[in-house]
Amino acid sequence: MTITEQRPSYRYVGTRPVRHDGLDKVVGKARYAADLVLPGMLYGHILRSPHAHARIVDIDTSVAEAMPGVRAVITGADFPDLPADDPERNMTRNLMARDKVLYEGHAVAAVAAATRRQARDAAEAIEVTYEVLPHTLDILEAMEPGAPLLHDDILTTGLDSEPSEPSNVANRTCYERGDIEQGFASADVVVEGEFLTKPIHQGYIEPHACVADTGQDGKTVIWCSSQGHFRVRSQTAAMLGWDTSRIKVIPAEIGGGFGGKTTIYLEPLAVELSARAGRPVKMVMSRDEVFRATGPTPGSVIRVKLGATGDGRITAAKAWLAYESGAFPGVWAMLGCMCVVSPYNVENFLIEGFEVVVNKPVNAAYRAPSAPMAAFATDTLVDEIARRLDMDPIDLRLLNCPSAGDQAPYGPKWPLIGLRECLEAIRDSEHYRSAPAAGHGRGVASGFWFNIGEASSATVNLNENGTATVVTGSPDIGGSRASMALMAAEELGIDVHAIQPVVGDTEVVGFTDVTEGSRATFATGMAVVEACRDLKGQLRGRAARMWDCDVEDVEWADGRATHSGGEHEPLALADITAEAGRTGGPLGATASLNARGAGPAFSVQVTDVSVDDETGRVTVERYTTAQDAGTAIHPDYVEGQMQGGVVQGIGWALNEEYIHDADGVMENPGFLDYRIPVASDLPMIETIIVEVPNPNHPYGVRGVGEVGIVPPLPALANAIHDATDARIRELPMSPPRVLAAINSGNGA
Amino acid sequence: MSRTHVSCNINGDDVEFLCDAGESLLDALRDEMRLMGAKEGCGTGDCGACSILMDGRLQCSCLIFAPEADGAAIVTVEGIADGDHLHPLQQCFLEGAALQCGVCTPGFLVAAKALLDRNPDPTETEVRYALAGNLCRCTGYDKIIRSVLAAADRMKEEVAG
Amino acid sequence: MRYVAPASVAEVVALLAGDPEARVFAGATDLVPQMRAGRPEPSVAIDLKKIPRLTGVSLTDGTWRIGAAAPTADLTGNAALAADLPGLVYAGGLIGSDQIQNRATLGGNLCNASPAADSVPSLVVNDAQAVVAGPGGELTVRVIDIPSGPGRTSLQPGEFVVEFLIDRPLPSTSDAYLRLIPRTEMDIAIVGAAARVSLDGDGNCSSAAIALAAVAPTVVLVPAAAEALVGGPISDDVLATVAAACAEAADPIDDKRGTVAYRRQVAGVLAKRAVLEAAGRAGNGGGR
Repeated sequence: MTITEQRPSYRYVGTRPVRHDGLDKVVGKARYAADLVLPGMLYGHILRSPHAHARIVDIDTSVAEAMPGVRAVITGADFPDLPADDPERNMTRNLMARDKVLYEGHAVAAVAAATRRQARDAAEAIEVTYEVLPHTLDILEAMEPGAPLLHDDILTTGLDSEPSEPSNVANRTCYERGDIEQGFASADVVVEGEFLTKPIHQGYIEPHACVADTGQDGKTVIWCSSQGHFRVRSQTAAMLGWDTSRIKVIPAEIGGGFGGKTTIYLEPLAVELSARAGRPVKMVMSRDEVFRATGPTPGSVIRVKLGATGDGRITAAKAWLAYESGAFPGVWAMLGCMCVVSPYNVENFLIEGFEVVVNKPVNAAYRAPSAPMAAFATDTLVDEIARRLDMDPIDLRLLNCPSAGDQAPYGPKWPLIGLRECLEAIRDSEHYRSAPAAGHGRGVASGFWFNIGEASSATVNLNENGTATVVTGSPDIGGSRASMALMAAEELGIDVHAIQPVVGDTEVVGFTDVTEGSRATFATGMAVVEACRDLKGQLRGRAARMWDCDVEDVEWADGRATHSGGEHEPLALADITAEAGRTGGPLGATASLNARGAGPAFSVQVTDVSVDDETGRVTVERYTTAQDAGTAIHPDYVEGQMQGGVVQGIGWALNEEYIHDADGVMENPGFLDYRIPVASDLPMIETIIVEVPNPNHPYGVRGVGEVGIVPPLPALANAIHDATDARIRELPMSPPRVLAAINSGNGA
Repeated sequence: MSRTHVSCNINGDDVEFLCDAGESLLDALRDEMRLMGAKEGCGTGDCGACSILMDGRLQCSCLIFAPEADGAAIVTVEGIADGDHLHPLQQCFLEGAALQCGVCTPGFLVAAKALLDRNPDPTETEVRYALAGNLCRCTGYDKIIRSVLAAADRMKEEVAG
Repeated sequence: MRYVAPASVAEVVALLAGDPEARVFAGATDLVPQMRAGRPEPSVAIDLKKIPRLTGVSLTDGTWRIGAAAPTADLTGNAALAADLPGLVYAGGLIGSDQIQNRATLGGNLCNASPAADSVPSLVVNDAQAVVAGPGGELTVRVIDIPSGPGRTSLQPGEFVVEFLIDRPLPSTSDAYLRLIPRTEMDIAIVGAAARVSLDGDGNCSSAAIALAAVAPTVVLVPAAAEALVGGPISDDVLATVAAACAEAADPIDDKRGTVAYRRQVAGVLAKRAVLEAAGRAGNGGGR
């Protein structure tokens, strides 16, 4: 279902063609990084730390180097040590430990050998002498003075005065407005609570993989699974101390990322091993390595206090957010601060966030990073206000709903946004208008993510037969190639399947930032449209030349050049490209841009659950999501993003969590005990695409990849409360936790 | 250590390959036969991305020792189309947008084929349980389930027609 | 590692006798993940699936014979077996995905010796016997006597399970198995409970057995729960006693899957529900 607010109707945009890369994927031909085989290729294997925190006293690789089939062994000492102020320093120290290992799974050495088995055996034969250090796994404990320090050079930034002693708190973010004391004083209802979440993995099904082929000329070619091959190039160059021009990165098909493939883990290691061995090297992580050593999204401790008047106006909000970054600092707390109360107009607030390092894998982005935990706190408390005031939870949200011109908590004035329309879409949905089945509980929640723009490039070439090739630098993680083709089809007026969308490597297309922040269809789409518009100008010029008339007399519409005086038969695009050789040569255009004006995204969701009150098992009985897409270029893949985001959120809410033992060793590094949802856990996810077009994009695109994961955490918590009266403020809401909450009478 | 010789039929072709006894059939398919359709998502039988049919039984090829395939008939995703004619499941997955990243798709197609081969008219719940051994992190399963049901309908029409 | 696929029990016995590092397998659904997690490879992996006796499922002289290497999909696909032993068949159908059930076996489920093995409580309440082959020939052992702790069995070096023998249940007898997992599929049981109930003509319970999984180092029988059931109707009071007896008999640990308190409480809940399900079927005549 799509609810559209005043947008033009299009011929191609908004249709649902079969995706261009689909056939290869249903016949097993699509080539992912692990599928590449090169002649003479070796296999790489990484030796990882068994300790959560230890000093590396010595690494002896001599036995490994002498083992059969071994062609190269490397350690951290084989890479340049970047200066303390280099922004990539932490990345390089994550990829290969120096001096200390900071989490269980931290890489300490790597081997290339003729077979996987030989590489693994040799890696295991590397002797590392560790001096085990005390570790810290808990955010609050890590923040305490006297906690084991991961780094001796972290001085908390963002405090009123610079601290003199290092700590595990990397920075403080603060947003403040109005008079919070007065805001709470004017409230009739005040609710507050502390909310706890664990690290969650992105859980892409394809483990990280790459092949590197380094030549004797000092150049290398990397095939990899990444959300951004230009970043692979720059990060690999940084770790190797190379100039980027020595590195070519070819994006393979990517088997899921969700933010987790916006950084690198393997590539510089493979390049260095390949350089030493003089042979191509493939590195593929096991699932176990993916869990232990690649980025989960942070665990968090979030305390929120909200005040509201008796008629439901939120008067004040106080939020204290601590996010664990893993072993090196990130930006997670700041992102959480940006999102924590954004679906609400609040005049008085104080939002404080802290970034805390702990001895766990370094966090990476995961779909609307940091927003779901923040929403879990806020939207649970908003539900409590609605209950205290006996108000409908959607009416309460509508009453406090920001709209264009209001000031967002993190600074800017809201542009045109679609939160109100999403709230109304849920309120008016068949799901919300019918009462939950007997015994089921219902929960509602909203979520916000700001979306981003950044740099994108596209090249559009017209072929002699009137077809087009669209080359972009955005790896396609959810159907973006089809969206690029649809926008190009709309611009050029040719069939969407006459357009071949391609993701180009770092040497065939202009610089393009990572596919993240819901930006590909927005920003790269803008570049495609700009290139197509350039081409349309060229096509008019060619038609003018064919007709021997002024270009001003040529109009371009519906894929045809028409003469304004009607003196010539219209020329189809193919008529012009067929003559291109005689009218000035091949037709092509390139656009590179910094996309501005990303449209903030909102989603509102409602779910009905049943809870077995003797076992605490929660069953999601029904689920409906409404999300503002701006304009849905390919509605199937917009729905796919919405549904995928919701189900990841359901997994996070109910069962997923990193479990570490007392030594900091991960206890559930596999899909058996890291429980992502399976098909039988779920109902159909009903989708309502709301279209409030983004005025800053030629087709109104907002970006749809992320916000869908935000509301499920509070929506399910609210539904469980509705079913059981138990308020659960800690994730996951797994059967033991839910039953304990039911047993205790009111909340864990 | 000498390698083990295996003769089997893969997607209709009689083939032979050499493997290590402890190697998985998945690795043998990929490394020895260069059939890259089956994927390794976990290596422990938990994700289903490596699903194949061996003697008509749906299995995770990562749990099969390669020598077990000796004498067996194996079908991989590369073998489910009929020449240039896609299997209705493949067609319905395309039309129904049942894939995003596509890395789980080969396993889903093989598992769904195994289901429809034994139960041509499954309910939504039956499809969900039959595919519970195949993890997809992109789609939330919705469009996969709908596409399998659509393929079942299409196959029934083909039989009836 | 070598791979061999013998055609007879005798060959397997000979292979095991000559090599303490040799190991039998059928589905390898536990063996392969264990090897990937770093457990040493066996010297020889002895594939039991090529021995017809080990993969068959048959009913002779009132006794079901289930090959130790028969995939559990062959149990769920056997309507006569499912009518006689619905709880056991249901338990077999809970082990992993369809993919897993085309490989996983009762023999492997038992001998892997996980306290959470789904099929073992049902084997135990049905008083299944295991035929064990070894250097001394074949002997018959009660299934409950085989697990001796997590990952450990009472089998001696050179011994392996050939098949299971289960007497056909009497009329008005049935079984049931329930487990608690966080998802709907693909998980290891946090708690499991099997019940077998016989009813007399008046609807009173004439015999019963209750066994629990994942609440102790091995599967445990709960005689106190069975005693509470026998001799009268299955009332709410009796069920409360059953639940309490099961919670009492449970001796679980806190681990990544659940807590002591949770397992104790839910053991009672599942046992009560399993009794009701088994009794419901028994009241309809059981499998006969």
